Amino acid sequence: MIVAKYRKQELVVNYTILTFLALIALLPILLLFFNSIKPQEEFGVNALGFPKTIRFANFLDAWELGNYAQIFLNSFQLVIGTLIICLLFSGLAAFSLARLKPKGAMIFAIYLLVGISIPAQMFILPLFLLWKNLNLIDTHIGLIIIYSGLNAPFATFLIRSYMIQLPEELFDAARIDGANPFQLFAKIAVPLSWPVFLTAGLIVGLAVWNEFLFALTFMQDENSKPISTILFAFSTRFENNWGLVSASAVMMVAPVAILFMIFQRRFIAGLTSGGLKG
Amino acid sequence: MIILTKKAWIAWYFIIPAFLLHFMVVAVPSMLSLALSLTDWNGFGKINYIGFENFFELFDDRVFKKAVKHNIIWTFIFLTIPITVALACAYLLTGIKKGQLIYRLIFFFPYMLASIISCQIWKYMFHPLHGIGAWLSEKGYDFLVASPFTMKETSLYAVAWVDGWHFWGFLVVIYITGMYQVDNSLYEAADIEGATKWQKFRYITLPMIRPVFVFTLMIIIIWSVPTFDYIYILTQGGPAYSSEVLANHLYSQAFERFKVGYASAIGTLMFIYVIFIICIFGILQKLGWEI
Repeated sequence: MIVAKYRKQELVVNYTILTFLALIALLPILLLFFNSIKPQEEFGVNALGFPKTIRFANFLDAWELGNYAQIFLNSFQLVIGTLIICLLFSGLAAFSLARLKPKGAMIFAIYLLVGISIPAQMFILPLFLLWKNLNLIDTHIGLIIIYSGLNAPFATFLIRSYMIQLPEELFDAARIDGANPFQLFAKIAVPLSWPVFLTAGLIVGLAVWNEFLFALTFMQDENSKPISTILFAFSTRFENNWGLVSASAVMMVAPVAILFMIFQRRFIAGLTSGGLKG
Repeated sequence: MIILTKKAWIAWYFIIPAFLLHFMVVAVPSMLSLALSLTDWNGFGKINYIGFENFFELFDDRVFKKAVKHNIIWTFIFLTIPITVALACAYLLTGIKKGQLIYRLIFFFPYMLASIISCQIWKYMFHPLHGIGAWLSEKGYDFLVASPFTMKETSLYAVAWVDGWHFWGFLVVIYITGMYQVDNSLYEAADIEGATKWQKFRYITLPMIRPVFVFTLMIIIIWSVPTFDYIYILTQGGPAYSSEVLANHLYSQAFERFKVGYASAIGTLMFIYVIFIICIFGILQKLGWEI
């Protein structure tokens, strides 16, 4: 649709401004990519351009020096673990809110809305002390529980908004066949709601992959840290070795960029629907 | 009767796992924080109740006052610059057809990047030897010779620039979604009246997207409170506390000095402020602002 009709000269102005803004958004990211394949000696003479000699070995060096085989496995485990717990629990709660509608469900919804707005700094220190007593510091399951809890309100609301639109007849038919609520959930609601589970999974997965504050606080053992905090340490350790640091950063962005290309609409719709801080 | 009760409870069985999870991770520690803010606990020894002593101490804390000021500046920056640019950008985007999707994707992509990545990118861009400052200096413009992260006058604004660069595309997408829901006949009527682009924006687009607009105001105010990553990664609050914000102050009090009670008091104030903001927007909504 056309909001306003534009003449040709006006269109030129439009495209000029938009392209200028697009370059501000894009060029710094492009430069990160250039730097990841730039040999160290070129940074003095060709700091902002495309590398004259391409050196892919930056990636191999960074992979070795940063112990990234282990680190990426850690991040991967955190993402998968959180997705399993968070989507299962949120899916159950969303199903109840959307289809079973128990008395007092509003109270739970309001609880989640308040929960979503509490700043992390309010509870991070007591949570740390609590986790210390439960021996959950430096364990992946400890961080997975935290991430699942933090993302549960968002995932619950998102999944609920989809499940509430499913036709009631399907559930009625199954009820007549004697299905119990859990069977309604597992055999009807979940298979029909896979698109929203995919969207929720992408958004929660991205949030976990990128998360910094809780990873910084709850993971102090070098071998169990995820990529976000390792990259912070790595960039301090190899401060002036821009090739290595940029290659590490590109490795962290690559999975996100690939998934974004495939699922752009889901990412954009999911991220703008809930108001999740990235 | 027993069967009936049981049936009613089944719906709650589905909710309990998610509730317990969130309750344990967020609610229990938050309540502990409220309680601890009234104590002088240092994480190890005896816990003494000291009333509102921590809160009084905060008002004498020079760094705390600076942090509050910086949080206010931070909120103000995000309420003005990214919103203006994003509104203009979204409005321009609605006027073009070719390449619109590509522009949208480019604007949105930085929002997908982790804080550590955006920081790494701009640490290099502002590096005195390699970044744009050096390049400008070669061309004879010397205003960006030193890294703005390392100077007292600019550190806070430089970090805000990085977070804003990462964030503004999110606003563009939200605004453009709102703008597409505006009824096209309004613009056609305005065209017949001979309205200018600015008049159409001011008197049609802006009022029609007001709910979305107010929503973004609210989330910017709320999200500016716990802002942490960018400052921690880029400046650690320095130099000389010139970019210290509440979240960083709390973090260093909590995890470097183990002043549990004191840190909890800061956290409690942040929480009260956020709830206050939500209430204000709730009241505005009741008064007919239709958020």
